[in-house]
This record gives sequence, C-alpha cells and structure tokens, in this order.
Amino acid sequence: MPRLISKLAAALFATALSLPALADASLLNVSYDVARDFYKDYNPLFQKHWKATTGENLELKQSHAGSSKQVRAVADGLEADVVTMNQASDVDFLADKGLVAKDYAKKFPTNASPYTSTMVFIVRKGNPKALKDWNDLAKPGVQVILPHPKNTGNGRYSYLAAWGYALKQPGGNDKTAQEFVGKLLKNAPLFAAGGRDATTTFMQRKIGDVLVSFESEAELIAKEFGRGEFEVVYPSLSILTEFPVAIVEKVVDKKGTRKQAQAYLDYLWSKEGQENAAQNYLRPRDAEVLKKYAGQFPAIKTFTVDDVFGGWAKAFPAHFKDGGSFDQIYSSK
Amino acid sequence: MSATGSLSVRKATAEPRWVRWTLTAVGLGFLFFFLGLPLLAVFVEAFAAGMPKYLEALADPEARSAIWLTLFVALFVLPFNVIFGVAAAWAIAKFEFRGKSLLVTLIDLPFAVSPVVAGLVFILIFGAQGVFGPWLAAHDIKVVFALPGIIIATLFITFPFVARELIPLMQAQGKDEEEAAVSLGATGWQMFRRVTLPNIKWGLLYGVILANARAMGEFGAVSVVSGHIRGETNTLPLHVEILYNEYNQVGAFASASVLALLALVTLVAKTVVEWRMRKETETLDAALPPEKTE
Amino acid sequence: MQRRVLPGFGLSLGYTLVYLSLLILLPLSGLAFKASSLSFDQFWDIATGERALASYRVTFGASLAAAAINGVFGLVVAWMLVRYPFPGKRFVDALVDLPFALPTAVAGITLATLYAGNGWIGRHLEAFGWKVAYTPYGIVVALTFIGLPFVVRTLQPVIEDIEPEIEEAAASLGASRLQTFVRVLLPAIFPALLTGVTLAFSRAVGEYGSVIFIAGNMPLISEITPLLIISKLEQYDVVGATALAIVMLVLSFILLLAVNTLQWWAANRHKATSGEAR
Repeated sequence: MPRLISKLAAALFATALSLPALADASLLNVSYDVARDFYKDYNPLFQKHWKATTGENLELKQSHAGSSKQVRAVADGLEADVVTMNQASDVDFLADKGLVAKDYAKKFPTNASPYTSTMVFIVRKGNPKALKDWNDLAKPGVQVILPHPKNTGNGRYSYLAAWGYALKQPGGNDKTAQEFVGKLLKNAPLFAAGGRDATTTFMQRKIGDVLVSFESEAELIAKEFGRGEFEVVYPSLSILTEFPVAIVEKVVDKKGTRKQAQAYLDYLWSKEGQENAAQNYLRPRDAEVLKKYAGQFPAIKTFTVDDVFGGWAKAFPAHFKDGGSFDQIYSSK
Repeated sequence: MSATGSLSVRKATAEPRWVRWTLTAVGLGFLFFFLGLPLLAVFVEAFAAGMPKYLEALADPEARSAIWLTLFVALFVLPFNVIFGVAAAWAIAKFEFRGKSLLVTLIDLPFAVSPVVAGLVFILIFGAQGVFGPWLAAHDIKVVFALPGIIIATLFITFPFVARELIPLMQAQGKDEEEAAVSLGATGWQMFRRVTLPNIKWGLLYGVILANARAMGEFGAVSVVSGHIRGETNTLPLHVEILYNEYNQVGAFASASVLALLALVTLVAKTVVEWRMRKETETLDAALPPEKTE
Repeated sequence: MQRRVLPGFGLSLGYTLVYLSLLILLPLSGLAFKASSLSFDQFWDIATGERALASYRVTFGASLAAAAINGVFGLVVAWMLVRYPFPGKRFVDALVDLPFALPTAVAGITLATLYAGNGWIGRHLEAFGWKVAYTPYGIVVALTFIGLPFVVRTLQPVIEDIEPEIEEAAASLGASRLQTFVRVLLPAIFPALLTGVTLAFSRAVGEYGSVIFIAGNMPLISEITPLLIISKLEQYDVVGATALAIVMLVLSFILLLAVNTLQWWAANRHKATSGEAR
C-alpha cells in the first residue's frame, strides 16, 4: 500500500510540475459555473493571439463553481488573476475587500461586462397556457419554476426582472411590486437548487408551466433535451444581465502577470471575443457582431439593475439580505 | 440426544422458513427501492447516449485528473483513519475512565457538522482572512485551495468511521481474550496481532470501506476548500457537479457511475481480504493445536 | 484498585486526544471564535428567527424519521446479509456503501427524478395522491438514503460476532425463536443498533447536498437549516452562518451525548446484572 501511495504521489506531482514548465506564464480565471463553454472556446483563441503578438506561451487555468462561492474563495486566498462573474454584487464584494479596484466597472468598456443576456420564459410546446408576459406568470393556476430567488444568481435576476416589470406598470411602486412578486412566487411549487436544477425539474420531470431562465441557457436546454418540447417566450420587458470581469490587483502584482491579465480581458471585446460570445448565445456588445447574429437575438426591451434599483449595492440588501423583500414575502408576520 | 431435541434446537437457532423469506423479501425490497433504483438510474443516464459517449466522457483529461486526485486523497487519508480508529477504540472499549461518553461524543461530532460548515471551518483557519492565513501567505505555503486543504477536509469528515465501527464491536467482545494473552506472557504487539486484530478484522474492514467510500464521494466540505481549479484541485464529485451545471448530463452521470463502481470495488476488496484471512487461519489451525476447548 | 492488565492505555488515549484536538476541536473552536464577534442578543435573534425555528423543526424531524426508518430496515438488511444465503448476496452487500460513494448532489438529483410525479417511483405514489418530491417527505427519502450504511455497517460485525452457543443454549433451555431473539439476541445487538441509528441521525442533520435537490426549499415548509447557513454565506455573512452552525452543533452534541451516556449506563448495568467479575 505505501508503495502505491508514493507512486500515486509521484505521478501527481509530476503532472503538477510538468504543466507549468511548458508555459512562460500562467493565468487562473475564476469564473461562474455555466461559463465553461464560453472560456473553453475563448482560451485557445487568446493563447493563439498572445503567442502571435508576444511569442509567449501562456497557460490558462479555469475554475468554475457558483458565483458567490467563487469570490469568497478568491477573498480567502484562491489566487485568481482574473475573475469573470455573472453578477456585479460578487465583484463588489472583492472590491470591498481591496482585491479588485473600486472602479473596476470603469476599467473596461461597457461596464466591464463583455457580453450580456436577459431573463426569458421557457414554456411547453405550443404555449398551452398562453403565457406572454410577467403578469401571466402571477395568474392563479400557473406553475412557475425558478431557481432559489435568494440564494442563486439566476434566481435573483428572475426576481428583479419581475420586480422591475411591476414597477414600470402604470401606478407601479415598491409596494405594488412586492405584491406582484409575492403573487408570482406563490405560483412556484418549489425553489430549485440552481439554474440547471430548475431546467431538469421543468424539462425532465415535467413540473410547471413556465421556466424562467437566462436566454443563453435556452440553447443549452435545446442541446440537452432537443428543440421539440419547448418554446422561448420573450416578455415585453426584462432585465439586462451583465457579466462583469475584473483583474485581481493583489494577485497580478504578486505574480507579475498584470500584462497578461489585462490583455486576456481586453481581448474579450475584440471581434474574435465578441463572435465567440455570440456563438455561445450571449449577446455581444459590439454592434456589428450583434447585427451579424441578429437572427438568434430577438429585440427585447430591457432595463439594468443600475437603472431601476440603483445598482447591486442597493438592490442586494433591499431584496436578498435577511429581512429584505424576499424574506418579508415569506414572513407570517 | 433424541431426534426431537436436535430439531427443537435448530428451530430456536434459526428462524422458520417463512420468517426468513419475509425478512429477505423486506430487506431486498427496501434496498431495491432505496439503493438499487437510484444506482440503476445513474447508469441509465450515464449510458443514455451510448457506450462511445460514455467512454469519451471518461477519457476527458479533466475527468481523468479528477479520478486520480480522488483516488490519491482517499488512499492518503486511509492510514490516518486506521491508526486513529484502532487507538481510540482500544482506549475506549478496553478501559474504564471518566468522561468516556464525552470523548465518544466528540468523536461522533464530525458526522453532525454540516459538510459545508466543515469546509468553512478550515477556511476560517487557513484562509487568507483566517487565523493562520497571513503567516501562511508570508511563507508562501498553500493549504486551502490546494491539495493539503482537500486532504484535511477529507480527514475531518472521515474521522469517526473506523473508531465508530470498532467501539461497539470491541465492547461486545470484552477483554478476556487479551488479558489471557497478556497473562500468558504475550507482548503488547503480539497480543494485538494475534488476538485483537483477528477479532476486529470485520469491523475494521467495514470502517475502512465506509471511510473510503465517504472520502471519495465527499462533495460539500471539499467543495469549499478546493478552489475548483480544473485539472488540479477538482475532485471527481466536484467534476460531476460542474458537468451537470453546464448541461453535460452524460458526462456528469458517467463520472458519477465511476464513483459508484469504486464503491462496488469494495466487493472485490472484501472478497480478497476474506480469502486471505481464511488462508491464514487455515495455516494457523494446521500449525497449532485447536485452541477452543469446550 | 487493580492494576490494569492490558497495555497501551496511555499511548492510545493520548494519541486519540491529540489527534482529536488537532483535527476536530481546534478547528471547531475557530467557529466559536468567529461567532464571538456577535453580541448575545444578535446571536439569539439569528438562532431564534421564525425561519430558523421552522428549519430546525424540518431538519430534526426529517432526520429523526429517516433514522427510525433506517433503524427498522437497516436491522432487517444487516440480519439478512449476515444470516441468510441468497443469490447475489455479495453484490447486495457492496451496494450498501453506495450512498457514501455517490456524491450527495448526484443522489439528490437522482432521487428527485425517481420520486417526481413522472419518475419511476413517484408516478406510482402520486397515483395514491402521495407527493414525495418537493415536500418534507422528499427530505426524509434523501436522508434515509444517506444514513442507511451507518446502521447496516454498524450492525453487521456485531451480528457476525454473536456466538452460536448463546442461541443454542437459549434453545436448549426451551426458548422459542422469537423469545431467543427478543431476550438474548436483541440485547446483544441493541447498543450497536442505537449507535448506528444515532450516527445516521447526526449525519442527516448536517446533510445539504442531496436534500436541496428534492426538498423544494420553500421557506417555513421545506427549508433545512444547512440551506439557511448557505443563504447566509451567499450574503457574505460568515458570522451569521457560524452562529447557525453553532446552534446545530450544540443541539447535535447534546443529543449525541445523551445517547452515548445512556448507552454507557446501559452497558454498565448489563455488566452488573450479569455479574461479571471485575
């Protein structure tokens, strides 16, 4: 047994040591969980570009898990050169801890979010309940599937989308919005553990009439379950979801990788980077690229968290902290 | 002895046939619904796209490195668990001392700690903002988000298994046999090797098997301390979750099926141990006069 | 006081204590240290909030139910595996470890799929109007799954260890099989059964990964305490999370201590009544 262990250890250390030896520098990109497809395609693009411009071999390592779990890990010492998240509140947390520049959103174009998406409805084929807009989701007898609105990124975006819709209705204010969202949540038979779990519940277990999801996930759903069983419905108004990226200042200074990290993120806004986003069904910021892929991105009116809620720094405590609007809806008092 | 006597003895040392059959049916039925069907469902999902896709999912370098990492961690923690388990059980089962139930309770405690909290605990100590964080960073030692963190978290969650298997068993066995061995002049090691170890072998084996299965399958605690770096600190259970989240159902369940198969490997391990032990006792029996006297 | 005959007491106990302190007590005291930044009132508010109280009820209630189910069926399974021959026994025996090896998330996803309205099991249960997935029953199912190995594996070696002479003696004294079981066998395996059930229970209390996929996670109804801990962490409220973690830890500790003390007391009584010479 000891011999087997030492063999294993040797093998493990050999692989651990041999990889960096091939590269001149190495970056760790700590990211949210469904971004893997995007970066799996993007990383080789950038490596080629970097090799061509500097002659340097760059190793790119990826870490994917739940967004806020990832930034907690970075704050606790996971040595990420860059973070690529799906919610500004997560990067804000790192800014508060002094790991990321306070004005990270200004360090890159378009609010430091290289691509966007929005929340849409996935309904059963033929849309049997004729669900067209958010108010249809709050009607009695409709079952809505969504990830946990307090504990998951997509759940929070869904919640804020419905809230923002209610605010923008005639006579809408925080009180009517809370009532509206309360009615909508009453239609949820369960809160899924995450985006993927919500999809499985809706598609495989056939529970619910509508699934609220990222537009980009609709394509992943088609890939997994086929196109035959669902339709995508675009509501009259939805939320623009931004995916902020940032350099982790402390780490790049320590590792001396600022140049590479900066270029890695900059390249996301290049034509190649934007095309890659579009190919992964994320809405590119580049107008030309967006036009080229217009067929897969129907026009939809959106609002941002900054517009309606004054930014995540305000939206998060107002709605998702303990005692926030979500908890008020579920308090018996 | 009359024929009726031996018949009634047998009647009272074994259940009537209908009881045996009912119990077997109930036991198998329960296992089928609670373990068999889930296992079957995992394999159905894993092979949903056919054998080639299944093998492709496992040939993925990230999946392979996750499998190796998981096996390495499980093997690494094994000796720690065995030594601690035997030592703790020996002290607790064979001696009387004050505060014994307190000690047993403390040994049980890791079971009751939510895995997420178990991971968090080590972040609070070794993380950058933790107690030893600044010191570790100054000396460039990585504990969390690296292999040591994964090993420590695994040690924590598998801590009680071997001890917990052995304590009730050793208590039930009492200490007469060991005392006899010592009074006949055996050294501590001889007594342990010849008397204690053969007596506790099954409990020890079950403990090791359980700890091992748990070490390989653990998700929550490891997830907190791993950092999820692909190909580096991603264990197989973490790999499964990521694949599932990115809509790679076949890959996720294929990896999960590997973990299930690793659990079934204990079947082989157990058979081998059983076989070797039988051989050993046979040679011993041949060498020594029969030890048991009625 | 008689001198201890057996060797190794100091060594084994000392090693146990050192290892226990380093790996378990020291880290857990870090938890208490973190939570100590809260005032007592703040701590109390977190610990006794409406949602927190409801979650204790769900968590401990479901864990108790699951442990009880495992106690009954685990005993049957362990007995069957040790005493009865049947084809495929080795495979069934190995199957028992499955709940540990399968990552909890996979278990949760698989169980939710099986017990959902269109699942292999759920469709038959819903025909009787019984919903399991996304209700507290679903939590019990998940916790039964993850706790089973504890009971079976704790009982197996003890049942294997029962000397046939005891049963033969009981039988030759005229006891029926049922009497032998209740009077002779059950007392012998009861401590192990209690241990197994307690361990299954405490493991269930902390379980998160499998439960969230099948629970439905509705506040006040099917929300478990570990989910509330995660919820705190999602808000970057590490201190609040440690406060809830400590409440759970203390409750579990008290329960475990009670069971272990009871067991120790029962064992001593048993020893005293059977008149074992010291």
